Amino acid sequence: MSESTSTNTPKPSSSVKLVLLGEAAVGKSSLVLRFVNNDFQENKEPTIGAAFLTQKCSLPTRTIKFEIWDTAGQERFASLAPMYYRNAQAALVVYDVTKPSSLTKAKHWVAELQRQASPGIVIALVGNKLDLTNDGNDTAGESPAEADGEAAADGEEATGENQEEQDVATGDARKVPTREASTYADEEGLLFFETSAKTGVNVVDVFTAIANAIPESSLKSGRGAGAGTGQTSLGSGRPADDSRVNLGERGPATAKEGCAC
Amino acid sequence: MDSAPSGPSQGAPGDDPAPAPHPPTDIDPSSTAIPSTDSTGRARSATPEERPPPLPPRPNTLNLLDDGGASPRPPGNLTQSALQSQATTAVSLTDIASQDAGKETLAVRSLPGTLRAKASLSHLASARGSEAGDSASIRSSVPHGDADVDNVFGDFLATEPGLIRQHSSGLMQFPEFQADDVEDDFASEFEPVGEVSADGDQEELVLEKWKAKRKHYVILSAAGKPIWTRHGDGGLISTYVGVIQTIISFYENSKDHLRSFSAGDTKFVIVTRGPLYLVAISRFLESDTQLKLQLEALYMQILSTLTLPSLTHLFSVRPSTDLKRPLQGSETLLSTLADSFTKGSPSTLLSALECLKIRKSHRQTINNTLMKTRVSSLLYGLVVAGGRLVSVVRPKKHSLHPGDLQLLFNMVFEAEAVKAGGGESWIPVCLPGFNSSGYLYMYVSFLDLREDASSAADDSTTKEESVAIVFISANKESFFELQEMRDEFVEQMEKNGSLRIIKDAVDKGRPKTTDIIPGTVLHHFLYKSRANVQFTQSAYDPDFSSISRRRRLMSTYNNLHASIHAKHTHVKVHHCVSQSSSSFAWVTPIFEFYCVAGANANRNALAQSASKIIEWVQKEEERLFIIGGAAF
Repeated sequence: MSESTSTNTPKPSSSVKLVLLGEAAVGKSSLVLRFVNNDFQENKEPTIGAAFLTQKCSLPTRTIKFEIWDTAGQERFASLAPMYYRNAQAALVVYDVTKPSSLTKAKHWVAELQRQASPGIVIALVGNKLDLTNDGNDTAGESPAEADGEAAADGEEATGENQEEQDVATGDARKVPTREASTYADEEGLLFFETSAKTGVNVVDVFTAIANAIPESSLKSGRGAGAGTGQTSLGSGRPADDSRVNLGERGPATAKEGCAC
Repeated sequence: MDSAPSGPSQGAPGDDPAPAPHPPTDIDPSSTAIPSTDSTGRARSATPEERPPPLPPRPNTLNLLDDGGASPRPPGNLTQSALQSQATTAVSLTDIASQDAGKETLAVRSLPGTLRAKASLSHLASARGSEAGDSASIRSSVPHGDADVDNVFGDFLATEPGLIRQHSSGLMQFPEFQADDVEDDFASEFEPVGEVSADGDQEELVLEKWKAKRKHYVILSAAGKPIWTRHGDGGLISTYVGVIQTIISFYENSKDHLRSFSAGDTKFVIVTRGPLYLVAISRFLESDTQLKLQLEALYMQILSTLTLPSLTHLFSVRPSTDLKRPLQGSETLLSTLADSFTKGSPSTLLSALECLKIRKSHRQTINNTLMKTRVSSLLYGLVVAGGRLVSVVRPKKHSLHPGDLQLLFNMVFEAEAVKAGGGESWIPVCLPGFNSSGYLYMYVSFLDLREDASSAADDSTTKEESVAIVFISANKESFFELQEMRDEFVEQMEKNGSLRIIKDAVDKGRPKTTDIIPGTVLHHFLYKSRANVQFTQSAYDPDFSSISRRRRLMSTYNNLHASIHAKHTHVKVHHCVSQSSSSFAWVTPIFEFYCVAGANANRNALAQSASKIIEWVQKEEERLFIIGGAAF
């Protein structure tokens, strides 16, 4: 992960287009809701179409403003996905650690992104619903760390019992071993995290890591280049500089707090 | 910018007995529009050569919404090159109503020579006495004209006492009645029945709960695959779906269409649309026509999700297609729509829309602001406060259909999905009344009108209070353009005070009947302006605050509506007294008026209040309704 060091300007601000992809009901919207509003809703209704949200993330040397496309996971919306990932600088590909098929779907998305998205795109593979596993239970309070760094041996003992209905305390619903996903992420050069939108574990860390991983060149090479990268084709006709975007009060919709790092 | 005459009407008749003049209104349910499908639609649904399959035959009877002289516009004379006008494929709510009148005539009634299955009237009456309800033989009979009218009233009068006996209070019993068990009873209508666990020991219990529901909707494919059901999951109801399919196909095999039947006080209504069977099962005293309208709306919701060509394609390729998968994620939309019917929806009953009451000049200001900030990709721009329309701009050539708006409002306000996201939404949606063959793209953003905008995470705004900006475009890439328009629009509304006006109007709510006429006997009224396809109503408070009371109120209105719109009757005024309420309906070519008062309200007082309300509505017409609207 490249640490941004080269700017002299005090806390320059740049915007990063980020798209969330993944199977239906893996928790994409919940991750965003946790990141943007620090909130969680049980039984959230499925997203329809896509939702657009923004959130600032403060790094030591700069402020990153994430412009997030939270897409619907249902298959019938899949054909719209290119519209959202085209020109995105970052992607969160989300799967559900209790559902192996969702990792398969995630791999498809990764392949599609590598094939079709802009070449420099930063992809993070995120296994969500960590709270349903014993891991999540044990490590919930601990300081988050990238899971590919830690061995997480527990995770490989997928007990194969009943899934979500099972009380977290009594059984481990994990079906996707950490090792399996992290190995895949390493092979493909992806960032990898296991998160829980419900407890908040690792959520902010994902976004911070992405912010750090965005190549300097695509962030701050003056206005022109910023417009080139920072703007999806959806935004044609929209200048990329932030003051324009901030026009009008969209503020209340997004929480004030940035990620603390 | 004044409105221009709205698009040509397609001769979509209502089930109303009399025609009404058709004004230049923005929510005119006529239809012509076909959005550009070549560059903007999804490939599958969008090839220009691909013609949408024919819709059910369009009746040509009297049209409540007819333009009068307007003739269909030839294609190609549109200002927006992105849109091409064609013969409509509209299947709007009003069209639906029309098919009752034109083709199917209140479902089973009066189809001479056709077998119809319906528990006979005498049976209904006797079953109530002997409680031999289960043996309700579904017998076929050949109806004849006079009996039809009798049936309408018969159902109405005969069922009422039965219902009162069945549930200790009865649906019609308000307002003196304060039975808490009944209130709970209705609320439980919307509770999930739960799931059968793997070992099946819960099955009995779950099935009991399922059977206790008084309203069911089941959608299945012609091949018998369950697609969606309001209560219970596929496994639980599969046997029932099998029974339904068997009954329907029994009639299909004899080249006949089963439209409805009754068993005891339970009414079954079946609507066949292409490869889909939609079934409503109700113990709420709803008429065939009303249930049919509800099923049509559910079908529209499915079209709105899939588009007609893709629905047709799926089943033409594989008749045994499991539609559950393509519809995945839209089930909540179907459920919230179904629940709004079960709770009672004046909008659906009247096939009309409600507007937020504000001064004409204020509405004009909002319209103008919308027009001023309009961007080229905008097709429709709407400001909606809790399901009530505040302002709308549209192209001159295109109108909006109440049925489409009902789907939009359901999506935006009833289903939590859009609002809970917290951000702005970009949603592909097919508006079947506008064009059932392709998608439009809808930008949705909610206004924050609360005083202290600082408490962002506070989600206390209710459905009634939330104000949404809805911009619709045919261009799927226009999100940011519309977002910018929204920012500009909201900023200007802030400046010219419109936001404050909307907030005040929302806070004020609907007027109580006693605000309009001090001391009136009326508890509630509905007034539909037929020309504007809009309605207005009084506040539900204090008499109908709870949903069960509101349900009873709506049952009363359902009955009034069914009686006054019964086929072969030309009733203008209908006064009905039951042991719990007296109700009154008055229908003219200009308006439909329905009101409810206490059981022993004096008839003269009732009629007098009704006249006064109508006077009031007509005086306030330009505030209550959007007349003209802004077109570009």
